[in-house]
Amino acid sequence: MFDVAIIGAGVVGAMVARELAKYQLKIILLEKKNDVAMGASRANSGIVHAGYDCAPGSLKARLNVEGAAMMEEVCKTLGVKFKRNGSLVIGFDEEDRKGIEKLMEKGKANGVEVQFLDQTGVRALEPNIGGNVTCALYAPTGGIVCPYDLTIAALGNAMDNGAELQRNFPVSAIEKIDGGYRISSENGEVKARFVVNCAGLYSDEIAKMVGDDSISVHPRKGEYILLDKECGGLVSNTIFRTPSKMGKGILVSPTVDGNLLLGPTSVDKEDKEDKDTTEGGFAEILSKAKEYVENLHAGKAITSFCGLRAVGNTGDFVITSRSPGFVNAAGIESPGLSASPAIAKYIAEMLKEQGLELVENPAHIATRVSSHHFRDASLEEKNAMIRENPAYGRIICRCEGVTEGEILDAIRRNPGATDLDGVKRRTRAQMGRCQGGFCMPYVTELLAKELGIAYEDVTKCGGESLINVEKTKGGMAQ
Amino acid sequence: MRDLVIIGGGPAGMSAAIAAYEQGVRDILILERDESLGGILQQCIHNGFGLHKFGEELTGPEYAWKYEQKVRELNIETKCNTMVLDITEDKVITATNAQEGIFQLQAKAIILAMGCRERSKGALNIAGSRPAGIFSAGTAQKFVNMKGYLPGKNVVILGSGDIGLIMARRMTLEGAKVHAVCELMPYSGGLARNIEQCLNDFNIPLKLSHTVVQIHGKERLEGVTIAQVDENRRPIDATREFIPCDTLLLSVGLIPENELSKAAKVDLSPITNGAVVDQDRQTSIPGVFACGNVLHVHDLVDFVSEEAEIAGKAAAAYIKGNTGKKVEIPVKTDGKVRYTVPQVITVKKDITLYFRVGSVYKNVRVNVTAGDKVILSRKRPKVAPGEMESVTIKAELLENVESLTVSLEVL
Ligand SMILES: Cc1cc2nc3c(=O)[nH]c(=O)nc-3n(C[C@H](O)[C@H](O)[C@H](O)COP(=O)(O)OP(=O)(O)OC[C@H]3O[C@@H](n4cnc5c(N)ncnc54)[C@H](O)[C@@H]3O)c2cc1C
Repeated sequence: MFDVAIIGAGVVGAMVARELAKYQLKIILLEKKNDVAMGASRANSGIVHAGYDCAPGSLKARLNVEGAAMMEEVCKTLGVKFKRNGSLVIGFDEEDRKGIEKLMEKGKANGVEVQFLDQTGVRALEPNIGGNVTCALYAPTGGIVCPYDLTIAALGNAMDNGAELQRNFPVSAIEKIDGGYRISSENGEVKARFVVNCAGLYSDEIAKMVGDDSISVHPRKGEYILLDKECGGLVSNTIFRTPSKMGKGILVSPTVDGNLLLGPTSVDKEDKEDKDTTEGGFAEILSKAKEYVENLHAGKAITSFCGLRAVGNTGDFVITSRSPGFVNAAGIESPGLSASPAIAKYIAEMLKEQGLELVENPAHIATRVSSHHFRDASLEEKNAMIRENPAYGRIICRCEGVTEGEILDAIRRNPGATDLDGVKRRTRAQMGRCQGGFCMPYVTELLAKELGIAYEDVTKCGGESLINVEKTKGGMAQ
Repeated sequence: MRDLVIIGGGPAGMSAAIAAYEQGVRDILILERDESLGGILQQCIHNGFGLHKFGEELTGPEYAWKYEQKVRELNIETKCNTMVLDITEDKVITATNAQEGIFQLQAKAIILAMGCRERSKGALNIAGSRPAGIFSAGTAQKFVNMKGYLPGKNVVILGSGDIGLIMARRMTLEGAKVHAVCELMPYSGGLARNIEQCLNDFNIPLKLSHTVVQIHGKERLEGVTIAQVDENRRPIDATREFIPCDTLLLSVGLIPENELSKAAKVDLSPITNGAVVDQDRQTSIPGVFACGNVLHVHDLVDFVSEEAEIAGKAAAAYIKGNTGKKVEIPVKTDGKVRYTVPQVITVKKDITLYFRVGSVYKNVRVNVTAGDKVILSRKRPKVAPGEMESVTIKAELLENVESLTVSLEVL
């Protein structure tokens, strides 16, 4: 029997695991996909929101402000890139100005540092913002982070401290048993004294499995376009339009990796699996982004993708417990990423109140070596590492300059990559300009060798997502 | 300090090295990121290389092997599995490999011969999901020809670039069914002979003015929706058609790989995406030369070798202190001719101008004018974007010339 089972390996599940792994607990994380960070935590804006726009007094506001304050330190310990690049909410007319003034008030009520900028102020900060901008809210504490890097690192740290990860475990039934719960899936069952439901879009369905009908979650689609690193310097702050009812609108932001991100759209949907990008989405993102950032070129797009927001039924985060020892983290829409370290603490506290004993683990390791440790090293350090392990001298992904050594690390370290997308998210191999055109065959080979599987059994992202279907007739395959 | 460092060990890099050697340069180093020399030719196991150069039909590896042998014979130093990370304006090269780690070299002259890469799907922004089964044609070629695996059995190809056409045939021979090749433009960007031998001979339909508008499938590709496009290249809704398939290959253009040239601050042409060069293939930085697909995308390797020889010879002259630059005659184009290589002439000698046109034209005259005087005029029955053209201008025609324009006159 595990002490705690966490369902869902998104950023919330991962942060909860990291938090609980500080204590002497037997923890297991159950994830239905072949890898972690496959839901909302994979495809989002990656903004650490300063906290100026949540309704004052809400759980969202509280956890956002707390989480954002913790984020820099959390990232530092986990070796995750974080940048406090600042956020700008810009306005073009009288109505926007009113909106911005309202936001200023909210920000102040939430205890967030906000400044009002006039046109000159905005243009001084961001020369590429359209000339017809009139004013802006400036939140210097806003930041950016890579959401899947954060998720992978948090879970990796939990696993380094003994937490287990069970992939391909789609929870289909939960039964109350003596002293805990039995959690079942097509791939077996797990028993645990406490359960934390972090299943994102499916958290309502997981809650229903223990008879809790109070939650409903629906998907709201957000499409993005990612531009080449050449465009990464067009703006340095994250640029938002004055918000509307459907969210924060199309933003333009640098990413921690130096690309430029445009998006997201905002369309309510029913299908929780529909991550299709659409022709309308591209057009909307580009036309809106171009309205306020100059020199944007669609031709510099290197990829586009879509994320699904898990919109709850209360307008606030739904962190509840209706069944003893069973905690829901549902409706964790934006700013869930920003809030995630605080959500984890909040949940640990709830579990403690319900009887989970939190005894510190004296052997706990707080830090994790960054996924970018080689890339970020100095020339001398790199050369020392190459001497020790020549695989660091062999470049596999040309566009992003990723070495064989880094790819092997990604496969070997917690939580190890087991498919091509997993390697991509951990190392950036296949994520550059050519999108894997050159290195995919090499990465496939490394995966096959390391995992001890056949070349043709390597997948893009688990399941049926095979890359090759058979050997050729000539049979030159080794 | 090295005399000549060549970045890239494909046909361009090897030809340039040999040419420089033959001019007396001995201190030559070829840096290649792949595990062996030959560049993209290694995976082009079909015929059709060397017709111009050797008068025989060779496969890609055979053509490359001829040059590799020569490089070995001449004892030209090569480092494979070595990736160049940076080049500076002052010709300092930073590279890395497993044996030496990250190291720096100062060169007297550099020849850029990094080749090109395929345009990726992202640049196209096709709507739909992101399943496995979408590859650039070159990646599929690598899987099939180098690794011995078939990436799919039911194939649609988007784009009619040469690699796509070649792969249509290759996948068919391996037992896959190629349902269609969709080309956005009303004409193909591939060689006429490839359309004949790779599509027509196998009854594979080439759908001109068609594109893929939607990708379907959750884990592995399940199909694509294609549509015809109007004259503004916008899909026509009424023509949308679903084709079930497990593989989509993209052959939508090649882009010269000039990240290093950018780092060195070499002037690039927005049209070729390669360096701006003179007749010696010297870039805006004296002593830095460029040749092959990194300069502009060629359709035939024979012309790559020829161009590389020019660069190799000129680099040798530069190393010996002969910088050669005397005049500055810009070569301009009209709208119909998209670009020329070279873009500038600095020495008045016999010069061959290579160029590409922007669309298909029948029955034309290629005119080279200086001021308002036509100094050269050549008839062509047909010109197309997929086939590189050239005209040779004799030195005597360049006397008193200050600038040149290459244009097309449709008869
Ligand atoms: C378009 C978009 C933009 C956003 N932008 C930002 C932003 O800029 N800043 C910010 O702070 N927040 C942002 N967010 C919000 C943020 O991404 C989310 O709040 C956060 O990622 C939620 O994490 P999670 O772990 O709750 O959910 P997810 O990451 O969705 O994780 C849920 C996990 O549960 C698994 N699962 C589901 N069902 C089962 C089952 N039956 N059995 C086992 N496992 C299961 C899933 O596979 C998944 O891995 C954005 C969200 C979206 C969609």
